[in-house]
Amino acid sequence: MEPIDPTSAAPASAASAADADEALRRRFIEVKNFHFFYGKKQALFEINLAIPRREVTAFIGPSGCGKSTLLRNFNRMNDLIEGVRHEGDITIGGSSIYDPSVEIIALRRSIGMVFQKSNPFPKSIYENVVYSLRIAGQNSRKLLDETVERSLRGAALWDEVKDRLHDSALSLSGGQMQRLCIARAIANRPEVLLMDEPCSALDPIATAKVEELIHDLKKQFTIVIVTHNMQQATRCSDHTAFFYLGKLIEFDRTQKIFANPAQKQTEDYITGRFG
Amino acid sequence: MPAATTPPAAFLDSARSAGTCRRAIINRVLNVLCVGLALLTFVPLVSILFLLLKNGLPLFGWDIFTQLPPAAGQTGGGFGNAIVGTLLMVGLAIAIATPFGVLAAIYVNEYAPGSKLANAVRFVAKLLTGIPSIICGVFAYAIIVLATKQFSAWAGGFALAILILPTIILTAEQALLGVPKAYREASYGLGATNFQTIWRIVLPDALPAIMTGVMLAVARAAGETAPLIFTALFSQYWIRSLNEPTASLSVLIFNFSTLPFEHQVKMAWTASLVLVILVTGANVTAQLLFRKK
Repeated sequence: MEPIDPTSAAPASAASAADADEALRRRFIEVKNFHFFYGKKQALFEINLAIPRREVTAFIGPSGCGKSTLLRNFNRMNDLIEGVRHEGDITIGGSSIYDPSVEIIALRRSIGMVFQKSNPFPKSIYENVVYSLRIAGQNSRKLLDETVERSLRGAALWDEVKDRLHDSALSLSGGQMQRLCIARAIANRPEVLLMDEPCSALDPIATAKVEELIHDLKKQFTIVIVTHNMQQATRCSDHTAFFYLGKLIEFDRTQKIFANPAQKQTEDYITGRFG
Repeated sequence: MPAATTPPAAFLDSARSAGTCRRAIINRVLNVLCVGLALLTFVPLVSILFLLLKNGLPLFGWDIFTQLPPAAGQTGGGFGNAIVGTLLMVGLAIAIATPFGVLAAIYVNEYAPGSKLANAVRFVAKLLTGIPSIICGVFAYAIIVLATKQFSAWAGGFALAILILPTIILTAEQALLGVPKAYREASYGLGATNFQTIWRIVLPDALPAIMTGVMLAVARAAGETAPLIFTALFSQYWIRSLNEPTASLSVLIFNFSTLPFEHQVKMAWTASLVLVILVTGANVTAQLLFRKK
């Protein structure tokens, strides 16, 4: 249970509405008593977590600890896997994403996702970016052109590719491809951006570019990033969640986690004693 | 310790027997054997081409495309009607079997992978690839020729469609399997439906491989004789409708090559040459058209 906030008793309704908004902002994505199973194997155990809106939250932990699994539940990508089931609930903006009235397609359209291995379609740079608009049935040339420029600028790729938008996306370098995937993910102006180890296949320079990008993007998006790279978590996240063996061990402000972790396991992991 | 006593300059001496030791000799013998056996596979191909050109070229000319087959004992003429008939019936077979086959492969691979029905479809398709072509002919005879009471191009096309359907299903399934999972994931992640993902991402990427399968099927269908004898039979005349007996190259080759007239036998060779050119031409065209960029 949350401790009762004494300010919530204030009589001014405008103030309390603002408070309610702020409370919801702080718990924008909320994971409640969440368990997750691949067939008989349980991958997540009783996760409770609140991710604030328009900040960056990093998930860290050794391989197989469940951080990607949790991430892939936020846009219900795990539903594509045969034989999965969950207990508990995940809410975004206060409503359950598992509510029967929620259409998975619409949910995924409002949540962008960037994968570990950059996966541009074998199409032109332009068509990659506008894919989410095309599948939503939007074909207005003007809108598509604007979206391409806005998204590629947003992903800090515009200057490098503006003269060859109709070249194949597969002709780009690894770092450019990953930024193209970010551009593609933000083209539809999603509210949330999920990043599953977006830099693990990139060189340090490309990684620095993507991290800089994450810093810019958090003004508009709620970003959740899974990373194996501890420095990356400290550099670009506001909050950090440490997972181990399917359990959430610790969740706090990033500075706090890395400077003064409350749990021994967290300390062991971030100081490199295991994992 | 020999290592300590050998002078440094003698380091490679023990390895300097290249070409004379047993290992090197065995290596050379096996190399020659492998290359020889590999070259051996060219023998049938080259000899077939040689025979076709040698026996088929003398009668090869414009006439064979524009004239009708000569009557027994007569000379001259051509087999334009058989070329048209083969193109038509193979076209029909492709038009029937490709949509069915590709849709079945999509179901098996994209909509219900691992389901009982999908496994059953795959198993049956594999069984059907081994079915003798004459059975397809008898089947089409039973359900189309007997029902409509006439031999027809429809029945021929249908028999060939049955024959090539399993090939198309299985190659299309392999083609779909070859599309990286990451593409599908990206598409679903952007909120695409199953249909959009398949139509916009999976099929375009799998198209070259699907077309290769279709071309394999064309090659098989164009050369089949047995299913057509039961269904399209043959005709001495130009085709006027799909509801009448229809000439085909393969049946013409079969008929003419057994006749005791030298001219007709020569014509069978020429027809074989034309058949090989048609199939190869279709193959090359498809490869060029659908090549992956």
